[in-house]
Amino acid sequence: MTLKSSSKEKSVGVVGMGSFGTAIANILAEKSKVIAFARRAEVVDEINHEHKVNGVSINPTIKGTQDPEFLCQNCDTIFIMVPSAAFQEVIKSFSPYLYPYHLVIHGTKGLCLNLPEGKKLTDVQTISRDNILTMSEVILKETVAIRVGCLAGPNLAKELYAGQPAATVVASKYNEVILEGQRLLRTDKFQVYGNSDIVGVELSGVLKNIIAIAAGALAGMGLGENAKGLLVSRGMVELVYLGNALGGSLKSFIGLAGIGDLVTTCNSTLSRNYTVGFRLAKGEKLTEILESMEEVAEGINTIRLMKAFVEGKGMRAPITENLYKVLFEDLKIEDALQYLMKYPFSVDVDFL
Amino acid sequence: MAEGYIKHQYEPILPQKDEWPVVKLSKSRKDFVKKVAEASKKSVLEITGNNIDLLKEELETTLYREKLRIKQNPWAVDPDDDSDFWRKVRQVLVQTSADPHLNKTQKKKKYLEVLDDITMRYAEEIASNFVHTHYKVTRRMVTFGFARLLNAARVKGIKSLFSNQFTLQDKIQIVGETDQIRELASKGTIVMVPTHFSNLDSILIGWIISVLGLPPFIYGAGLNLFNIGIFAYFMNALGAYKVDRRKKNLLYLETLKTYSSEAIQFGVHSLFFPGGTRSRSGMIEKKLKLGLLSTAVEAQRANYQKGQQNVGGKIFIVPVTINYHFVLEAPSLIQEYLSITGQERYYKERDEFSTSYKISKFLVKFFTKGSDISVSIGKAMDVMGNYVDNAGNSFDQHGRKLDTRDYFVSNGKVTVDQQREEEYTHHLGRRIVEEFHINNRVFSSHLVAFTAFQLIKRENRKLDLYNLLRLPEEDIFIVYVEFKEACEMVLNKILDLEAQGKLQVAPHMMQDIDGIISHGLDNVGMYHAKRPLIKNNNGNIETQDLSVLYFYHNRLIGYDLEKLF
Repeated sequence: MTLKSSSKEKSVGVVGMGSFGTAIANILAEKSKVIAFARRAEVVDEINHEHKVNGVSINPTIKGTQDPEFLCQNCDTIFIMVPSAAFQEVIKSFSPYLYPYHLVIHGTKGLCLNLPEGKKLTDVQTISRDNILTMSEVILKETVAIRVGCLAGPNLAKELYAGQPAATVVASKYNEVILEGQRLLRTDKFQVYGNSDIVGVELSGVLKNIIAIAAGALAGMGLGENAKGLLVSRGMVELVYLGNALGGSLKSFIGLAGIGDLVTTCNSTLSRNYTVGFRLAKGEKLTEILESMEEVAEGINTIRLMKAFVEGKGMRAPITENLYKVLFEDLKIEDALQYLMKYPFSVDVDFL
Repeated sequence: MAEGYIKHQYEPILPQKDEWPVVKLSKSRKDFVKKVAEASKKSVLEITGNNIDLLKEELETTLYREKLRIKQNPWAVDPDDDSDFWRKVRQVLVQTSADPHLNKTQKKKKYLEVLDDITMRYAEEIASNFVHTHYKVTRRMVTFGFARLLNAARVKGIKSLFSNQFTLQDKIQIVGETDQIRELASKGTIVMVPTHFSNLDSILIGWIISVLGLPPFIYGAGLNLFNIGIFAYFMNALGAYKVDRRKKNLLYLETLKTYSSEAIQFGVHSLFFPGGTRSRSGMIEKKLKLGLLSTAVEAQRANYQKGQQNVGGKIFIVPVTINYHFVLEAPSLIQEYLSITGQERYYKERDEFSTSYKISKFLVKFFTKGSDISVSIGKAMDVMGNYVDNAGNSFDQHGRKLDTRDYFVSNGKVTVDQQREEEYTHHLGRRIVEEFHINNRVFSSHLVAFTAFQLIKRENRKLDLYNLLRLPEEDIFIVYVEFKEACEMVLNKILDLEAQGKLQVAPHMMQDIDGIISHGLDNVGMYHAKRPLIKNNNGNIETQDLSVLYFYHNRLIGYDLEKLF
């Protein structure tokens, strides 16, 4: 990198133009030049020629590319907004072009299983913290980028796109990443909070998906708001316990990315996780549901990992364990609910 | 000697002493001390945010603590004018704050003068007094003296005094990346970070540096070691600068860090014991003291800021692992460890090396009796923990060449970001700990101590550590057959780990299991009055000191070997 090219204002990169990625790219484009990466040529063409993604108009200044190298060379700050299933693969394809001067912020909610070569989750039964990678840990493992951050919070893409007021959390160990994220994203309608506990913020976004499935299930059974209130509160307790065991701090879980996102997700009837729960309660089998869904609901993967983690750690997580039984062991959802109602929670809140 | 051990004299990489960075530094000592004092003053002002009240508060705290130190914990090495100096500081501080005629600017000027005086005094105190002729004498004395002691102990008969049958290198085996450190030392600046188990380490490392043909390194040595005249002479000769652990005030700590950072920027190779003090538990250091380590990161950034892009301005971190069968201080170290981690929170830093007599006794014991030692020189890294090649280029985990400068760049420029560098220092610390574990060399004595302690623990699984260690030693024994089986199990796991590159195994471990066990039993803590492990008349395994056994056992903590039991 020469000094000449750096004196020019660089672009901001957005990798992955799904609904969330597109919404973020639009927000970024209000202040900066944006280069967006998509894997499929049609999407890139649509961005560059029609200024649309999936038929929805976007800021016309956004440039599309299929070339990771081009994006990395022209951007110092890169937002990775791909679904968790594709995350590792995308990061690997970017790894050769990323350098330590890049700031990388991701907005992906998911966990990655990290087992020794050739082993599967079914081979090992239980796992420890070392076997679980958050998305920022994937970036650190696969690339030399070290100034890494994440974006999490109640950010439904549709509402962001419509320009409704919302807020998000940029979390990173590095103040400069938080400041840069705030500088780039903050608008009159988009508030950006900072948090140094990146793992806690990532975990909030991941673990709340479990509760979202349960929320869908309650609605599918036709239960009302009392039950939902109960779920959100007990779900929060479980989230805090699991999150602490995985190395996140309590403060993050009761913040915007934790409780804020949890409330939003449990009320959002359109999310994939909610749908899975809803259809389960209507009596469908998991396999049928999965076949008819385009993308995997992240909560299912999270439940699988968390169940193995909980067993390895010797702790209890009643909601997660029972959802696991419903999903994979044919427990009836009514029985699971019955079990939870009988479970001897005696204390309301014991983590504060 | 088993293969893999390096035993030959290296040519010095810089034959002319005038080229030695440490000699250059000592020639410009006066200017250098001034520079350090200036830079420290700047950084104290930065920390206090140029706020005059905060500065005043720091000065007062410093004064208070220094007066307390003089009163409660005076040492022979303290300068005679110590109390005079601080009395004057007090006078100025009191007068300035009480004087109604001074306006804010005048007051500030007064406080800055005081700050100036203190940092200058600290910098002067910390600075090393390297004298080349002393270094030469010391090196010769150490090598010659040790060789005599060694041969006297091992070669029997009248000729022993003049025998050269054994040299120091038979006793202290150097393994690992010796060529790389020589290469890099001639190109950039080395920061060596060894594990620390014994007071002997600094002398040992000093000797190794000279055997490898490297110019002398500077290192921070506890001021308590300068209490004794003869030791002070050695320390100065070896390039030590002084670290006073009694002084914990901001001004002192900043001056100390600045000294280290400036010396590295000057191109002087340095040595830190990143664990801070000797590992009291016997475990490989897991938590490092990051204060001095941060100076390496800072110096690297400063070099880049000065536009030094090439290898000449690059700083290389070289982890070094030292392995002993026998640590003379083990009994007192482990007692201290237990009393710290147990309920007794307060303990006083003891000074075992308080008299020349004790030191001489220690040295004689070590060189006549102590068993073999191995020193593994690890792969060099840049300040971000990336491995470097012999030309000093950094490489990422996929083998792609990268530029360390990029870590300090934002928006295309090298920038100063304290918080970022703090995180980088944490990162480097974690990398060093990883390297310590990889370079650790398992000895037979570690194996037997680990296995025996784990067996005893399993036998008494209901007891917590403190109750376990309180068991009467005469009640404990392990049946040999059982012991052998367990040793084999642990050994297999260790060989597994070795194959995965997670640790190293000493060549004496390449024999049958009975051989390894008997070698281990012979060597583990061999010269303690109470032996940690012995075979009794019935052929079973006994301990005479469970705490010391625990100490030697701890060496293999950190590999999840406990899970085997």
